[in-house]
Amino acid sequence: MVEERTLGSVLFDIFNYAFLAIVSLLCILPFVHILAVSLSGYFAVRGDFVTLWPIDFTTANYEEIVRDAQFRASFLISVARALGGTAITLLITPLAAYPLSLERPGFPGQQVAKVILILCMFFSGGLIPFYLVITGLGMTNTLWALILPGTANGFFIIIMLNYFRGLPREISEAAMIDGASHLDILFRIYLPLSRPVLATLALFSAVNHWNSWFDGILFMRDVSRMPLTSYLQMQIIAATSQHLNPLVQQKLQLTHRGLVSAQVFVALIPILCVYPFLQRYFIHGLTLGSVKG
Amino acid sequence: MAVIAGFGGRIWQKTFGNWRFRRNFPLYLMLVPMLISLAVFNYAPMYGLLIAFQEYDPLLGFKGSPFVGLLQFQRLFSDPDVRNVIRNTVVIATGKIILGQLVSIGFALLLNEVRVRWYKRSVQTISYVLHFVSWVIYGGILLDVLRLSGIVNRAIAALGLQPVSFLGNPRVFPLTMIVTDAFKGFGFGAIIYLAALTSIDPTLHEAAAVDGATRWQRIRYVTLPGIAPTIVLMTSLSLGSILNAGFEQILVLYNQVVYSTGDIIDTYVYRASLLGYQFSFGTAVGMFKSVVGFGLLSLSYWLADRFANYRIF
Repeated sequence: MVEERTLGSVLFDIFNYAFLAIVSLLCILPFVHILAVSLSGYFAVRGDFVTLWPIDFTTANYEEIVRDAQFRASFLISVARALGGTAITLLITPLAAYPLSLERPGFPGQQVAKVILILCMFFSGGLIPFYLVITGLGMTNTLWALILPGTANGFFIIIMLNYFRGLPREISEAAMIDGASHLDILFRIYLPLSRPVLATLALFSAVNHWNSWFDGILFMRDVSRMPLTSYLQMQIIAATSQHLNPLVQQKLQLTHRGLVSAQVFVALIPILCVYPFLQRYFIHGLTLGSVKG
Repeated sequence: MAVIAGFGGRIWQKTFGNWRFRRNFPLYLMLVPMLISLAVFNYAPMYGLLIAFQEYDPLLGFKGSPFVGLLQFQRLFSDPDVRNVIRNTVVIATGKIILGQLVSIGFALLLNEVRVRWYKRSVQTISYVLHFVSWVIYGGILLDVLRLSGIVNRAIAALGLQPVSFLGNPRVFPLTMIVTDAFKGFGFGAIIYLAALTSIDPTLHEAAAVDGATRWQRIRYVTLPGIAPTIVLMTSLSLGSILNAGFEQILVLYNQVVYSTGDIIDTYVYRASLLGYQFSFGTAVGMFKSVVGFGLLSLSYWLADRFANYRIF
């Protein structure tokens, strides 16, 4: 490419690289700060002396988290809901996407099914009726309230459906001539070919579940049943840690702020762990969903 | 009996003996899990909207609560709180749409000018990690760093300026919501623009360069027109979210002091109904939002189809 290096062009490059570096730093620095706070001692945290590096280094906050039975339980509940919710979503999504993906010949009722799905993406009953339905089903205080709603996700189904439509039509036509049923085509041909999009949806769903917190506050009457993010929200609004008196806190080098910072950081770790996989797949997966036949 | 059996048998034969139906039968089975899920978790709540026309009493239940017609809606439209909440919602959501779009487009354009591959990829990777962080986690961090004695205000003080009450001043709070949301979402929002940028024919850039176009001119006359359809598409689609000001974000970050400008429809419904036990009133407010939102979404998809040839199916 022809690229003449004028002064303006060079200046622009310098500005641009520096600017993007600052933007990236601004994204990361709050996390670094919180990590530093979580690893700092009592007086440094209370006195707001910590910037980006721990002062009076201590792991007391993390030790307290490990001792906190509720934190461990909530962590496991979050893992369970992420795994369970993702499994059910991955079951429903391809099953629904396959029939909806069929273009000529479709089947009677296909359009109706599409409308039923799309209407749910455009309109909702809102918070209270939803709450009353879940309560009416007796799901409050159970994991089902967190796992089952949202398993038929319109966006997921559409991404999957567009992926199916992008598969070469010859494959399914050849299989049909050889006598394959729709079930054969879906399970033995389409699904094995759909690993990238399945991985994308699995990661999306797992991250969504991990990050959801409002449903946990809404439906879990006992704090002991709350997933991690909901428990975290309770901790954040609580101004102090109830179970520790100030003198003990000081002796143990614990502060509410340091404790919350540590909890925030631990809750972040699983996201950071799946992030490399996530970003490998999701751009690809997103563009797959937007390609249309 | 025989006649009926014969008649029924013929219908049976006609539908179930049909080769096409037998072949299609698994297709209907496949749709069943989705339909059950939608029926229970989406359509049952829609039916539950009927309580907006009742004075719902949890003790009397859905069937036993008295029917009051449009009373809740009359209350809704005469309630100054509701009007204020709707205004806050539209202000915050519109601000988010505009700033979010501008920042995403600007970021994509700047990133597109980066020629060093690893630098480009690193910046992009960092930029959209925030999208995958829960509002509880990010909000918890913001509550800490944006406090009056938080690190941001310490930096502001170090510059010799007055500290800003980002989360405690009703005049600043909406702006804080708009900016923090743009910050969390700009990297993810830029993905679609970056994809559009890579699909611009490089020979256009080369031809422009040969003709003596400066860098700025190339951005202005090649790059921007190249992503214009995407901008039109995203702007049309964003119209549908004008009543979504970010429930989770605001629920984590707001407090009583900033209700006058920071309270939005969703948080208001939550407080009025589930914390204040005005179930029917809350449902009516929520239904108002759903109905208007439905209209806006339909309009946005119509515009997207009309101007950008975009269709969900």
